[in-house]
Amino acid sequence: MTGTLGIVGFGLSTIGPGIAIGLIFAAYINGVARQPEARSILQPLAFLGFALAEALAILGLVLAFVLK
Amino acid sequence: MRNSLRSSTDEGFVPPDAGDFILPPIFGDSILTTKPVILVFFSVFLVSTLFIASSRKASIIPSKLQFAGETVYGFIRNEIGQDVIGSEFRRFVPFLFTIFTFILTNNLFGIIPFIQFPTMSRIGFPVAITLFVYFTYHFVAIRKHGLLKYLKDMCFMPGIPKFMYLIQAPLEFATYFLIRPLTLAMRLFGNMFAGHLLLILFTLGGEYLLHNDNFILQLFSVFSFAFSIVFTFFEFFVQCLQAYIFTLLSALYIAGALADEH
Repeated sequence: MTGTLGIVGFGLSTIGPGIAIGLIFAAYINGVARQPEARSILQPLAFLGFALAEALAILGLVLAFVLK
Repeated sequence: MRNSLRSSTDEGFVPPDAGDFILPPIFGDSILTTKPVILVFFSVFLVSTLFIASSRKASIIPSKLQFAGETVYGFIRNEIGQDVIGSEFRRFVPFLFTIFTFILTNNLFGIIPFIQFPTMSRIGFPVAITLFVYFTYHFVAIRKHGLLKYLKDMCFMPGIPKFMYLIQAPLEFATYFLIRPLTLAMRLFGNMFAGHLLLILFTLGGEYLLHNDNFILQLFSVFSFAFSIVFTFFEFFVQCLQAYIFTLLSALYIAGALADEH
């Protein structure tokens, strides 16, 4: 079996963002369920948090291809 | 450069890699005639024609095209401009609107049949758009606060213990000048790159299984092709989301630059 450890590193780097994105949207759903009229305020915040957490996984992906 | 799109059955399955994104020029041998560059020019043409047509002959009872154009414009103006930037949002709406429609069109090229290449999966294009955003929010902040006050507000957040500035000031500085533009460009590039790679992988996998001698393996190619269709719809969602997030983050950075205290 051949390949690069970079791909394994990418797999590892997705664990943190995966958990983080789950937590972010869980909090968003909770917030909207408790107070449906707050949706328009919460939505950009949820997507912002999602984008920031996801950036780490994307960095892992890019590095997996760059560091061969 | 090896291209897995052309080499298949002979030496086993060749998974797609970054080389598949380096396309040869369509005609001539100039870098200006490669597929991504032509697609960028095409997207500029497409977006401008569409929105000029939708805003020409504007009437109180809108035509279908005018209604579509106004819906997109209203979304950027109200949901992103007004809600995020606040009272001074008006002069940034054209900028945000251009970024959003340009990125969205270029992303959607990734799933439109016969085009099927997301321009933003080449790192140069996201970097160029990010540079516009980067210089805009620094310029806006320096013009409003002056360079020294801007740097001071940026690095020294009020209300935390003095010795913490040793750690906090460099971190804040790096965030504004390095991490923000880096993540902004990387996020768009990475999402488009990974999404396109995924589609290539499932399609090529299906093709490889179909050309196999084993009949059972040929049957399994159906699943691979089905997954490529499912992920095309998923890609549509991701492409819209990334255009939205890029615009939202640009608006947030501009809003942060305009705010009196960081």
